Amino acid sequence: MRRGLEAMMISNAGILRTRFGTGLSLVASILVTLFGLLALTFVIGRVMPVDPVLAIIGDEANQETYNRVYQQLGLDQPIYVQFFRYVSDMVQGNFGVAILTGKPVIDDIIRVFPATVELATLAIIFGAGVGIPLGVYAATKRDRLADHIIRFLTLIGYSTPVFWLGLIGLILFYAKLGWSGGTGRVEIYYTGIVQPITGFLLIDSAITGEWDVFWSAARNIWLPAVILGTSSMAYISRMTRSFMLEQLSQEYVITARIKGLSARQVVWRHAFLNIRVQLVTIVALAYGSLLEGAVLIETVFSWPGFGAYLTSNLMIGDMNAVMACVLLVGILFIGLNLLSDILYRVFDPRTRS
Amino acid sequence: MTVDTRQNLTLRQWMTTEEVTNGRQAFVQKVYWGAVGFLQNPLALIGLAVIVVLLLVAAFAPLIATHDPLAQDLGAALQPPSAAHYFGTDELGRDIFSRIVFGSRITLYIVMLVSVIVGPIGMAVGMTAGYFGGWTDKVLMRVTDIFLSFPSLVLALAFAAALGPGLENAVIAIALTAWPPIARLARAETMTIRSSDFIAAATLQGAGSIRILRHYIFPLCLPSVIVRITLNMAGIILTAAGLGFLGLGAQPPAPEWGAMTSAGRRFMLDSWWVVTMPGSAILIVSLAFNLFGDGLRDFLDPRHGR
Repeated sequence: MRRGLEAMMISNAGILRTRFGTGLSLVASILVTLFGLLALTFVIGRVMPVDPVLAIIGDEANQETYNRVYQQLGLDQPIYVQFFRYVSDMVQGNFGVAILTGKPVIDDIIRVFPATVELATLAIIFGAGVGIPLGVYAATKRDRLADHIIRFLTLIGYSTPVFWLGLIGLILFYAKLGWSGGTGRVEIYYTGIVQPITGFLLIDSAITGEWDVFWSAARNIWLPAVILGTSSMAYISRMTRSFMLEQLSQEYVITARIKGLSARQVVWRHAFLNIRVQLVTIVALAYGSLLEGAVLIETVFSWPGFGAYLTSNLMIGDMNAVMACVLLVGILFIGLNLLSDILYRVFDPRTRS
Repeated sequence: MTVDTRQNLTLRQWMTTEEVTNGRQAFVQKVYWGAVGFLQNPLALIGLAVIVVLLLVAAFAPLIATHDPLAQDLGAALQPPSAAHYFGTDELGRDIFSRIVFGSRITLYIVMLVSVIVGPIGMAVGMTAGYFGGWTDKVLMRVTDIFLSFPSLVLALAFAAALGPGLENAVIAIALTAWPPIARLARAETMTIRSSDFIAAATLQGAGSIRILRHYIFPLCLPSVIVRITLNMAGIILTAAGLGFLGLGAQPPAPEWGAMTSAGRRFMLDSWWVVTMPGSAILIVSLAFNLFGDGLRDFLDPRHGR
């Protein structure tokens, strides 16, 4: 009984599951996919109408300088040579220098990434923490009012433009109610007090005992995290419902009921335990797709993370930085897919030979 | 329609009887039960109604809009909703209601164009991979997987940035990210159809690969692909709105809903309607497509049956 959106979500998820075998073929498969990612980003980078030479030297430089930089960048080489250089640069982690900051792109990404991870982690905790119980509850109340309401609400969560929800959240919880600290990671006057240790501001400020900063950070992070988590909550709850329905229609459920177990015990001790594996993989995939929402939410909340870095580089047409970001997202996405695949194997005894 | 007169059944009985006597009756029964199910699904009907309204609004936009969507009136900037301006005015005094009405054309334009591009590409890749199998399949599916290994907005962002901002480029960018799921679906369908007896019969009669793909496999793949595209439409709308919000979609002064939301950000704390209205339009339309797609799926999915 898995239909419509659920079926679509499933087929979007687990991209690599069916195709990845074991051991050697797994490694080969990952390598081929990574190579494909490089080829794709290279092609996109080549299409970019922004002249990479002009981006470096500016409009005013003379033709001689232009030609020199043109050669330095290797743009006079044949395409396959350029591609080879590109791949070898990428493999060595040499993503070039970002125009915006003047630092190596890789350093920039390492610096901004913790902010996104912190946000996304809280978001997924919210998404799974609310989504899973909602889904289980909906499944036990199948086709009754509560089920319909939950399904409709999750559908709304799935259909809402996340950037708009962020803006509405700011109007409501920041401007009107004052529950949220507004945009950025902390209030401006706390900025820079805590030196990054892990890069996760909540943890860093707690370690150093800067509790004012901690509370300011907490006040600022909860709103974007909840809003970012909303779409994954919708996804997780729909999938949970669908998984649970599958279990609840099995005969062991009837047996357990006849044996005298309460409905609650059957649902949580038996049926729920059987969908753990599927849930873990779904949550891992949802975590990956949070990266997508992060691009928009970080723009709305001026969150100095990976998504905001990507969009600000998009605006100025810095090809190096954009392609590095896109490539990284691709790698992360594959990594999470792989992780969910591995978790599946680890947790599901049936997949062991 | 030949009603089976032997048993003197009424049309309704003929459509609901358990004793199916021919293929046509089976088909009619399937449609009948599907339609009954669809009509009993109020949410799907609401979705359909909203989509119909959207189509009408887009078609008759000049008649429905109360103002010129591009006409500026700085004297009437940031007016709250009122009888003169149903949804208020934006920072340049433009009527937000009229802009949303005309914006429906942009949204539909993107959705339709992306669907029209994505359907054929996805089906061509998927059917080829599924029918020929072997290395063709491996290579094509690997390419599909690579496209799938990006979140669609991020990949669309990269393409839109590479092609330059603009409505047409946004359409191309979204289309480039939206075809892989269609291809995977078409491949799966083709693989189940490929081994059927009627395909073997056609091959024995001398039908070439192209003919089999076009006349035998294509019609059978089409329904599920259409359902899938319908389900994708909500996602397309959200991606398009996201691109517009980031300034990579339709360019000002075009009344694109995402761009309108983005432009209203600076004024939203004092003038809530500037972001609330266009965003609600995106939500309602994308919700409608989700509801409709969900219902359509039940309607066309043979496994669901009665």
